[in-house]
Amino acid sequence: MNLFHFLLQNHEQVLELTLEHLWLVGISTLLAVLIGIPLGILSAHWPVLNKPVLGTANIIQTIPSLALFGFLLPVPWLGDRADRLAILALTLYALLPVIRNTYTGIRGVDPAVVEAGRGMGLTSRQLLFQVELPLALSVILSGVRVAVVVSVGLATIAAAIGAGGLGEFIFRGLAMVNNQLILAGAIPAAVMALTADFGLGWLEKRLRPR
Amino acid sequence: MEPNLAKGPVIEFCNVAYTLPNGQQLLSRLNLQVQRGETLVLLGRSGSGKTTTLKLVNRLLNPTSGVVRVNGAPTAESDVIRLRRSIGYVIQDVGLFPHFTVERNIGLVPRIEGWPTERIHRRVEELLQMVGLEKQMASRYPHQLSGGQRQRVGVARALAADPAILLMDEPFGALDALTRDQLQREFLSLQQRLGKTVVFVTHDLREALRLGSRIALMDAGRLVTVLPPGDFLRSSDPLAAAYVQAFGDGLDSAANRGAS
Repeated sequence: MNLFHFLLQNHEQVLELTLEHLWLVGISTLLAVLIGIPLGILSAHWPVLNKPVLGTANIIQTIPSLALFGFLLPVPWLGDRADRLAILALTLYALLPVIRNTYTGIRGVDPAVVEAGRGMGLTSRQLLFQVELPLALSVILSGVRVAVVVSVGLATIAAAIGAGGLGEFIFRGLAMVNNQLILAGAIPAAVMALTADFGLGWLEKRLRPR
Repeated sequence: MEPNLAKGPVIEFCNVAYTLPNGQQLLSRLNLQVQRGETLVLLGRSGSGKTTTLKLVNRLLNPTSGVVRVNGAPTAESDVIRLRRSIGYVIQDVGLFPHFTVERNIGLVPRIEGWPTERIHRRVEELLQMVGLEKQMASRYPHQLSGGQRQRVGVARALAADPAILLMDEPFGALDALTRDQLQREFLSLQQRLGKTVVFVTHDLREALRLGSRIALMDAGRLVTVLPPGDFLRSSDPLAAAYVQAFGDGLDSAANRGAS
């Protein structure tokens, strides 16, 4: 039985696990964006915050993913459901590229443009939303893109704690020494990562200021 | 409190000093008045405190001591956003918003001031004409313009909400000689028509003589002397004399109102 055959025969389960996978990646990316962009903005405007914020995100990044899933398991409420836990862990990993790129993007806005804006009497809020964020958008988006691609890969490990997703096939395949099963999880995940990478890359190019 | 609009200086520095947090003094004991409708040129080499002086007017910097008054009111007590919107600001790097068209760049202050769209549109057309740009430029982006065109847009943007005061920080410094000459000439004729109160920073004596009604010579954070262009050329002040010598012959014809 070849791989194509297997996917076809189990298409329902493939679809279900793919959707689960998308859900894990989607929610955690959304959370990382909602938390990471404000943190990036704050550290770009208050240099004091820069080191602690980026430092913390950096340290989180160095924790091995399997260990992080394990650490979080005994936490009350969180440990009750594996997908909660997986989403939290994925969010934490996705934070660094989002924060770092928001910081870099905003700091990278031409100082003359910011000075002109301030001199003309824009409020800080107007400066942020009309000048800084639009000009930093493509850099921020490239951070989100990195976060998504990394998350798609990391989310396969979430199956180890029972959070579902395409990792199920991979872990099952590993246990049964069945290459086909491993590929049935790995290939859709790879396709997902490549699609996200391509799509967000295209968007990023379109939003890049000249 | 009604600020004294009709009489008295438009901008006034009283014993103003500015010191960086690390203790370096950029400006000390500055006393200077700018009269309505004049073009006061701040002349000096880099680090002399000209730009610092300029930024104290629209509160991009706040004095460490002393008082800056605009239209009689201490700037420290005025609303900083209102203050800045009532003062046009032009800088050497222009600082056009790269993601906005020329029209949006020029119309930004009117837009955030809530002008109706139609009025903004008319104002932009009027300003484009005023600074010598064609109407079609309105839909261009800054990266599609030449350096001279960009600075024209910069000037138009500063004039958008019709401020009575214009601060210009080496606005023509980065342009080639021919474009600079042309823009200087246009500045003079524009200034004759509009009668704004202008503070103009430059390190170019020729430009100072040509554009200024008075020249304030600065050195190492101190105001050395304030003179009309004609007197500047004959000044016995050693620094002024050094400037005149450095710029060489033919300056007499450059002097703006001193000659005519």
